[in-house]
Amino acid sequence: MRQYIPLVLLTGFVILNAAAILVGSHLLSPTRPTAVKSTPYESGMPPLGDTRQRFSVKFYLIAMLFIVFDIETVFMIPWAVTFRQLGLFGLIEMLVFIVILLVGYVYAWKRGALEWE
Amino acid sequence: MISGVVLDLSNILGVLIALRPEIIITLAALAVTVLAAWRHKTVDDRQTAAWVTIIALAVAQGSVGFLWYQGYHPFGVSPMVTVDYFRLASATIILLGALLTVLLSLSYVERERLWAPEYYALLLLAVAGMLFMAAGSDLVTIFLGLELMSVSVYVLAGINRRSQHSAEAALKYFLLGAFASAFLLYGIALTYGATGTTNLLLINFQVQSLALQSNVMLLLGLGLLLVGFGFKVAAVPFHMWAPDVYDGAPTPVTAFMAAGVKAAGFAALARVLLTAFISVAPVWQEALWWLAAVTMIAGNLVALAQRNIKRMLAYSSIAHAGYLLAALAPGTVVGAAALLFYGLAYTLMTLGAFTVLAGAGRDGERTLKVDDLAGLAERRPWVAAALTVFLLSLLGFPGTAGFMGKWYILQAIVDARQITLAVVLVAASVISAGYYLPIIMAMYMKPAPSADSHAGVQVVGAARWVLGVTAILLVLFGVWPNAAMNLAQRGGSDLRPIRAPSAQEEHQH
Repeated sequence: MRQYIPLVLLTGFVILNAAAILVGSHLLSPTRPTAVKSTPYESGMPPLGDTRQRFSVKFYLIAMLFIVFDIETVFMIPWAVTFRQLGLFGLIEMLVFIVILLVGYVYAWKRGALEWE
Repeated sequence: MISGVVLDLSNILGVLIALRPEIIITLAALAVTVLAAWRHKTVDDRQTAAWVTIIALAVAQGSVGFLWYQGYHPFGVSPMVTVDYFRLASATIILLGALLTVLLSLSYVERERLWAPEYYALLLLAVAGMLFMAAGSDLVTIFLGLELMSVSVYVLAGINRRSQHSAEAALKYFLLGAFASAFLLYGIALTYGATGTTNLLLINFQVQSLALQSNVMLLLGLGLLLVGFGFKVAAVPFHMWAPDVYDGAPTPVTAFMAAGVKAAGFAALARVLLTAFISVAPVWQEALWWLAAVTMIAGNLVALAQRNIKRMLAYSSIAHAGYLLAALAPGTVVGAAALLFYGLAYTLMTLGAFTVLAGAGRDGERTLKVDDLAGLAERRPWVAAALTVFLLSLLGFPGTAGFMGKWYILQAIVDARQITLAVVLVAASVISAGYYLPIIMAMYMKPAPSADSHAGVQVVGAARWVLGVTAILLVLFGVWPNAAMNLAQRGGSDLRPIRAPSAQEEHQH
């Protein structure tokens, strides 16, 4: 347990430091709010409407498909790194994985999940 | 002592032989997916998908039978999946449940206009997950199987996109299911932390050789695993999701959840407890004792208060999780055999009862009350007779498989000297008579309210076969249970852990 003491100290320091900065700036800074000043900051543009807009369901579909292929890369990179050690077995395993994913891709494509309109 | 073929499961070729049923189901799921991509418009397309599914399930069952009769057993410790009678018996129950679900769905999806051949692809993927849960000899394999099954069933619960209740069921199931998976995964992580392995047999080996019987991390891991499985099999107090989900999902999917998901969950739970955690058996026996007792009593008491038949069957399904937990509580191979037998009987009777419910008419199934069945025996004598068999079997009436199943469970409990649990089981069964019998009374002793009542009750085509086959098998196993029981005993007796050499023995080497 002894080796964790610096970690505990660091955690305590970080929390205290953050609290001190927040409390300090709250106590010391002058606040004179106006309507313009208290609008949310949107990179300098005047804000356009409410943040809680409804998104088109298409975004979710695209996001979901993105995750599938993102995960594919997550699996492929470690495989590529250890390609030589895994040899033919690894290659076949990877091909099985990709073929299964490909079926899903073909399905999504054919059913029009990739079309925006 | 072990006869039959010994398979080296650390070798890829051995694994390919052992995994034949899973490979068949997976390939069929991919084929149906591709089929659904091109052809998803007409009745014929949906029928084609259904028949591919039926053939795949039958072929997979054939390969399970082949593995069984060849008597395949693993050589030493199987790394990821194993092949033994327990796995094959569980797989048979799962495949039978899935097959009956597909037959029941054939007419249901047309009538309810669930026009998506993906239904069958998802069903097959769920079955693949279930088979992996039954086969897994490593916590990681079991978890992967569980996730494959769960994700598919979340979607199946919400497959009726026009129904708000279906969407609600899917969302609730998804959120609570994800919650349960987190418990399970954390339990696996803590178990790994304590023992340094996720392999079921090696966990036990480590517990014995490192004397981890009262290790806090291991026991905490075991506790979290029990909570995770408790959610999946809907044991009280982790059952809150079940009534709404069972109620809102399309009826064949509800039947599939009540039968298949539960069977797979119990298969994995039994294997984990009886192989990996057998050295800490007193701890989980105590926990299972309470889980079983509370589940049996609460499930039956709440079911008593239901007037809606679908909700009543949902609570009855919770109560049956209690009976199955009671079979596991002694932690013996006799209990595991009783679990398999009751699992088979429960699959048959619950699928039969839900088949009748699915036939009860368009949009009627969710609102069907007990009194709505008044006079069914006059108008639909065969349907009423079949439903009577299912309800009597669920009740545990002598002459049905439900009775024999409960008898074997009681035997296992009494052998382990847990008399109080046996008393609770019998008392819970008596309570359950209070809601099963009024349905039978309504069907046979009350007159039909009007001339055209029950005109909407349509049990047509393959669903008729489901009714006939399940009712006949239930009576058959009720009066002549030997064949099924022998198989269950062979399955149950396979759940034995390997013993770690004791310190003394090691000294001699």
